[in-house]
Amino acid sequence: MSKEKFDYFIMGDKGKYEVVIGLEVHAQVLSKSKLFSGSPTKFGAAPNNQVSLIDSAFPGMLPVINEECIKQAVRTGLGLNAKINNYSVFDRKNYFYADLPQGYQISQYKNPIVGEGKILLDMPYGSKEIGIERLHLEQDAGKSIHDMDPSNTYVDLNRSGIALMEIVSKPDLRSPEEVNAYIKKLRSIMRYLGTCDGNMQEGSLRADVNVSVRKEGDKKFGTRCEIKNVNSIKFMQMAIEYEAARQVELIENGKEIDQETRLFDTKKNETRSMRSKEDAHDYRYFPDPDLLPLKLEQKLIEDLKNSLPELPDKKKERFIKEYGLNAYEANVLVSEKEISDYYEEVAKLSDKKLAATWMMGDLFAMLNDKGLDISKSPISAKHFAELVQSIKSGEISGRIAKEVFEIMVESGDNPKKIIESKGMKQQSDPKELEKMINEILSKNKDKVDQYKAGKEKLFGFFVGQVMKLSGGKANPQLTNEILKKLLKG
Amino acid sequence: MTDITNQSLNEIIKKVKTKKISSTDLTKAYIKNIESAKKLNAFVTTTFDQALDKAKQFDNKPNFDQLLPGIPLAVKDLFCTENIKTTAGSNILNNFIPSYESTVTKNLWNNGSFLLGKLNCDEFAMGSSNETSHYGNVINPVGDQLVPGGSSGGSSSALAADLTPATIGTDTGGSIRQPASFTGTVGLKPTYGLCSRWGIVAFASSLDQAGPMTKTIKDCAIMLESMSGFDEKDSTSINKKKEQYSKNLKDNIKGLKIGIPKEYRVDNMPKEIDELWEKGKKILKNLGAKLIDISLPHTKYALPTYYIVAPAEASSNLARYDGVRYGYRSKQGKDLIEMYEKTRSEGFGDEVKRRILIGTYVLSSGYYDAYYLKAQKVRQLIKKDFDDSFTKIDAILTPSTPSSAFKIGEKTNDPVSMYLNDIFTVPVNLAGIPALSLPAGVDKQGYPLGLQLIGKALDEQKILNIGHAIEKNCGFKNEIKKWWA
Repeated sequence: MSKEKFDYFIMGDKGKYEVVIGLEVHAQVLSKSKLFSGSPTKFGAAPNNQVSLIDSAFPGMLPVINEECIKQAVRTGLGLNAKINNYSVFDRKNYFYADLPQGYQISQYKNPIVGEGKILLDMPYGSKEIGIERLHLEQDAGKSIHDMDPSNTYVDLNRSGIALMEIVSKPDLRSPEEVNAYIKKLRSIMRYLGTCDGNMQEGSLRADVNVSVRKEGDKKFGTRCEIKNVNSIKFMQMAIEYEAARQVELIENGKEIDQETRLFDTKKNETRSMRSKEDAHDYRYFPDPDLLPLKLEQKLIEDLKNSLPELPDKKKERFIKEYGLNAYEANVLVSEKEISDYYEEVAKLSDKKLAATWMMGDLFAMLNDKGLDISKSPISAKHFAELVQSIKSGEISGRIAKEVFEIMVESGDNPKKIIESKGMKQQSDPKELEKMINEILSKNKDKVDQYKAGKEKLFGFFVGQVMKLSGGKANPQLTNEILKKLLKG
Repeated sequence: MTDITNQSLNEIIKKVKTKKISSTDLTKAYIKNIESAKKLNAFVTTTFDQALDKAKQFDNKPNFDQLLPGIPLAVKDLFCTENIKTTAGSNILNNFIPSYESTVTKNLWNNGSFLLGKLNCDEFAMGSSNETSHYGNVINPVGDQLVPGGSSGGSSSALAADLTPATIGTDTGGSIRQPASFTGTVGLKPTYGLCSRWGIVAFASSLDQAGPMTKTIKDCAIMLESMSGFDEKDSTSINKKKEQYSKNLKDNIKGLKIGIPKEYRVDNMPKEIDELWEKGKKILKNLGAKLIDISLPHTKYALPTYYIVAPAEASSNLARYDGVRYGYRSKQGKDLIEMYEKTRSEGFGDEVKRRILIGTYVLSSGYYDAYYLKAQKVRQLIKKDFDDSFTKIDAILTPSTPSSAFKIGEKTNDPVSMYLNDIFTVPVNLAGIPALSLPAGVDKQGYPLGLQLIGKALDEQKILNIGHAIEKNCGFKNEIKKWWA
């Protein structure tokens, strides 16, 4: 693969601007119950059906840390090659809102559970390391529903108290493409770890996007704006593009950029000011006196470290070494744990390289077409491996294999059965082929003479005749060999 | 027949156990007293029918092995009680009926007792005279013009007036010990974490602690044993084996070293307080204890530190009273913000508002370091003063309050003078250690005065023992005339 050069800049009249992006990703912790209460966390329950007295902040109710959420945060930190803090503190972030029952969110402020780490991105211009500033645990708020009634607001507290990991990157990202790669990689790591399902439609993964611009080569960062709560990669990219252009325009016109919080309007495709720095909330953070500081034993951290699954970067290396894949193939096949699992099952039973080619070609195209995850694939890994082996052994040609593949998708049958019942097996018996070719040659004596006289392009005509006669099943390689031999004779 | 209600809890338990009185008759006797004592305004809610049902159930199937067999108890209205209105003395909770029972009250009921009613208190336990309650001030049975102390003023008043055989309060800065001192009763603030805070309306989470209020030290031991214990629902609860305080109560204190802190002799302290302190020292000395002069150098910063830490936590703890999910909601208000503003300004009283404002201020950006953070540092120093002292001594003896009960209305317009009443009790809460107040004498008007015994963390048994020894030797008898009946 030829390496491209990084080239994402905003061109202004007065120069070339670099875009600087940092992300605060809010990832919902995969756990059965909430961060400080025993309420369930399932998505899609009827409103206010997963709410305890603690989540709704009744008088005298107290939070108790859910150990599983702590472990999930530590696992995620380890997956990000980050420093795990043995001592961390839960703080109260105070503000009033109808869907925030306590009047404060329990979060971590000065002492987060996870410190600095990093994520490696594979970009067309080489690999790039993105720094992680910190990861901390916090409670989600409930949901205010304003459109159910003309004069009232309804509040659903099902989400209230659900554990979130806020993962803060360093301002190391430089383009919407890098943001795309970053989110996908982060999501992939968390899904490998089983710490977040990464489901953006259900709000399990959302991000606040910090954007600033500066002239290419400048050392100092520009003034940043924070775009709140963007819930898809596409919207993040659109928001960044809009916001960067807006800021460049301001600078070019000699105006100042206000440090402010902005909203991305997905309908108008623009960012809008939500509140300025002056109006910023004073959250009055202070350590939550209902919770003791969290002290993690080194042994717990070590145990969690030793029980981590193989993560994408490691797996990629192994795929290259073990299966002889190139970096690109390995990258694609480890992007999702389910894909890598499927591939490994296929590769165990068939040709490793051919399996990769067919998976990334026909299988992915089909899944993409049908909008299916690989876990829902109509073709099982075992059947897919059989198909790959049938190609490899010469039992069927690649062309026929595509037909078999189609039938497998429709019927769910195994390829052997399809090939046999439909008589699709390749004709690879040299004697049979020779008989067939002799028949064709004897029927076309004139063309044989012309060929022998030097009209070599007639070779294709003979091959075509063989295919026609065999119904496309003649082994092309053998056909070529035998034809050449007989035409010489 | 002698009046059963003026006896100690321990005596009453004995009589129930020996079937000298049934739980029903006992309960009826208290109901009669309560009905004739409405002037004291000690109760916010009474639960007579329910109590009589429970008493009957007990009498039909008595279990005399329990710590509190068939004993009716009234409790401070800060403890959430299942299906019984719980107001915290505030208008904002005037219609609040919890669906749950606080751990501490549940422990009491599990030991054989049952609820007689909910006792008045300062609003959200913020006050030293029970004058901030939305349900009116409480009167001290000692005198019809006197405050009963606060915030557990309904508790101290009801106890001293024989309206409950024992009771419980909460103590954030002295709210058990000061009212006990004002009414000639015993009150103990346990080690932070000994009693669960689950289900208690929170004032200042790092300071709040529930504790017993009783007529005698023995009663105090019985109640503490009944109400304390580890609770996994409270993350600050201490996980330790339960102790048998009443069984292990002794009065032999020979050889114990008692610290006398010089910083507790404050300017303008009435002579009687000094004399009471001297009396306490003399009793201890006569019983073979050694008196040791100690210094707790950061004592003078305790009150200002308390009045930063407690309001800061309160300002956050009280944010949940917003009219959205339960409690009072103003009918005014065009939008969410206005609904909040009206609800909270109509729902909270002045003292609560004052503390929310102070707390919000000291946590605000730009002030946090100067106030809250500094206060936390000073708090550590205050704790260290005690820790250092307890390497040399077993317990500390001080007066409980700088004065006897004051008059109703005397300090309502002067918050600082009101706050000064907590000067001897507050350091203990900041340090998280146990302390009890027991009555040991009277001033020249005949109003009771209390001595305070401070122990190191989890040393409740030791201060109970010392208190038991003083109680036997100080000759105090609470002679309250039932002027209200």
